This record gives sequence, C-alpha cells and structure tokens, in this order.
Amino acid sequence: MAGESAKLSKNLLRMKFMQRGLDAETKKQLEEDEKRIISDEHWYLDLPELKAKENLIIEEKSLVPCEDLLYGRLSFKGFNPEVEKLMVLLNPKDEKEEEEEDVSCMQTDVTDEEMALRYESLVGTMKKKFAKKRERAAMDEDDVNQNVVVKSSKKTFLKPQD
Amino acid sequence: EDSSVSTERVGEILLPGDEFCCGPKDTLPLTDSGKSERLVAGPGLRRSGDRLLVSRSGVLRHKEPNKFWIESQQRRYVPAKGETVIGIVTVKSGDVFKVDIGGSEVASLSYLAFEGATKRNRPNIQVGDLLLAQLVVANKDMEPELVCIDGSGRANGMGVFGTGGLLIKVSLGLVRRLLAPRSDLRADLEQLFPCELAVGMNGRVWVRAGAVQQTLVLANLLQSCDAMTAPQRQQLFRRLQQGAF
Repeated sequence: MAGESAKLSKNLLRMKFMQRGLDAETKKQLEEDEKRIISDEHWYLDLPELKAKENLIIEEKSLVPCEDLLYGRLSFKGFNPEVEKLMVLLNPKDEKEEEEEDVSCMQTDVTDEEMALRYESLVGTMKKKFAKKRERAAMDEDDVNQNVVVKSSKKTFLKPQD
Repeated sequence: EDSSVSTERVGEILLPGDEFCCGPKDTLPLTDSGKSERLVAGPGLRRSGDRLLVSRSGVLRHKEPNKFWIESQQRRYVPAKGETVIGIVTVKSGDVFKVDIGGSEVASLSYLAFEGATKRNRPNIQVGDLLLAQLVVANKDMEPELVCIDGSGRANGMGVFGTGGLLIKVSLGLVRRLLAPRSDLRADLEQLFPCELAVGMNGRVWVRAGAVQQTLVLANLLQSCDAMTAPQRQQLFRRLQQGAF
C-alpha cells in the first residue's frame, strides 16, 4: 500500500478527499512543502522591528474617579427611601460609619455553637433519608424511646453446633 | 530631584499647550521592581507620544499615587465613559432611542438596556422622557452609547424618572460640588426639607420635593448657588428656613 500511494502525484495527495487515507509521515512532508512554497513567495520589508513600548501613561477621561464623586442620586430626609438605600449601598462610606458597621456585623454573626446545634438536627434527617425502610422504622422507634440505641445486628447464618 | 517635578506644579494654573512633563521616565518615582509607575492623566491632560500636554486651562490637581488632572469651570459637557448623565429621549427608532445628553452628538440607548427588558417586553418610554443613564461608549470619534443597567443587570436607580420633578441646567462645577465626598453644599441641602435630586455629570439636575412650590425653591436655590460663596449660601439657606418653612 505504501509503495502504491507514493506513486500518486503530490497535487492529487493534497486534495481534501485524499487526506483521510494518508499516513502521518507523508502528511507532514506535504505540509512542509506547502510551508516552504508559502515562505518563498512571502515578501517582507527590510525594516528594523517595531518594538512595542510599554505605555506608562494611562488616560482617564472622567472626573468621577479623580475626585471620588458620589453616585448621582440623592434623597434627603427620607423623601425617597429607595434612593437613600442606594446611597448607602453605592457610595463609599466614611471611615467612622464603617467602624460602626463592623461592630454590628460581629453581633449578628452566627456563633460556632449555634451552627453546631443547627446542624445536629440536620444530621438526623439526612441519615433518615439515606436509610433503608427497615432501618428507618427502627430509627423512628429510637426517637420515641428517647434515643435509646438498640443496635440491630445484621442477620447472619448461624453455624449449628455439633 | 526629578521625581518631584510633576508634583511641584500641583495647584498652578496651566494653559492649553503647556507641557506637563516630558517623558514619564524622568518624572515618575521608581517602584521596587525598578520600573517606573504608571501615570494616570485625567481630564484636561492629553498624551502625545511620550509627552503629556495640557489641553484645557485650569488648575492642576493631584491625587496619590500619581493621578493628575486639570480642574476647570465649564458648562459644555464632553461625554466620558462610565459617567452617569441625565438624558432626554428625542427619537424612538426601532431598536434604539436617541437621547440628548448635552454633548456634541446625541447618544443611543438600546431598548434592551433596561432592567427586566426582553425582546418581547419592551420598556415603556415616550419621546420627551427624562432618564438617568450611564455612558458605556464615549469616544471622540463615535456616537456615545448609554445603558440603564449595571454589569449585573440591575437598574440601581437608573432609568426613567417618575412623574413630577423639574430639570434644571447648572454648571459642571456645581455638579462636582454637589457630589464631592465631603460637600458643604450637600450638607446644607440636607437640612432643608424632604427632597430628591438626580445629578447628571452633564450638568443637568432633576429635583423633586413634596410640593411644587418646594421643588421650585430648590431649583432656584441650586441655580443661584453656582455663583455664591459659602457664607453667602449659608445666609440664604438660613433665611429660607426661618421664612417659608
């Protein structure tokens, strides 16, 4: 087969429908030939390379970031509560206010203990979900009996004694 | 030292054509890695090659670490990317609205650039409506483009204003004074009466208060504040509080 395909002309081999049958080596050779043709025909100007200089000046057309201007909607004395909410949300706060906020954040935080307590009950419900029917029934019983753990061991074959 | 050449001139009055610095390499302080830091040229400064030229007359301002801009008084708005402006819808044409924002050219606003808008659910907007929008394309050679939503698709206070209220035009300097982080003018306004303002960087301010009379008082106040010193303004505000309200 290899000898046969070598006899075919290059132009024929380059056609789309011939590409499938080609092995890797001839494919590579064809590509190289093509590249050489392209680079031979390629013209270029004999100029020194243009070096892209790093731009050290950035242009900023807007005054807003320069002067730290606020957002353009204002509401005073509770005229438009929605806008007042936006003012708090979008405008950078003064340092004083920020400190106050930090304190309130700490107070509303969920403590580790609360978290653990909450997840304690969750563990039970999730366990129930994945348990088999028989086990689930046993679990419900347990709950009724104030969590008295009765380990029902799996039924196994008991070897009769001689 | 060379590194302080640019900061030395902060507060000086510069005129268009003045050279701000020649080559950032000479003037910028070096970072630890040996490269000089980037310089941010704000409005009023223009880069030409390696040099920075002044393109607007005004006072040179500086913000740490290396932001420079020219502060000047003007009434003509030049659209800048990222700014929120108040626009007036002038044309409804198919997929886009043409919105007048006071710049040299009208801006376009897609009907999809509203909160909750879909191809089937078009926002209800009429010619003549006022809206607060953000510029996403602002470029000296192209038509400016507006949106009424932020990156996550929320309106965040942008979009068409409700009924009532009054639109006034003030200088761009007053807009900056209204929105400055620690603004005396805003603090004075807060003391007056319940009211609402929408301030566009294009010098348009939309005011609304409980009664038409209060809205008018507020509008007149803002317009006269433009050319007033702080003591004058405070006196006026005091008189107002003692008198009508």
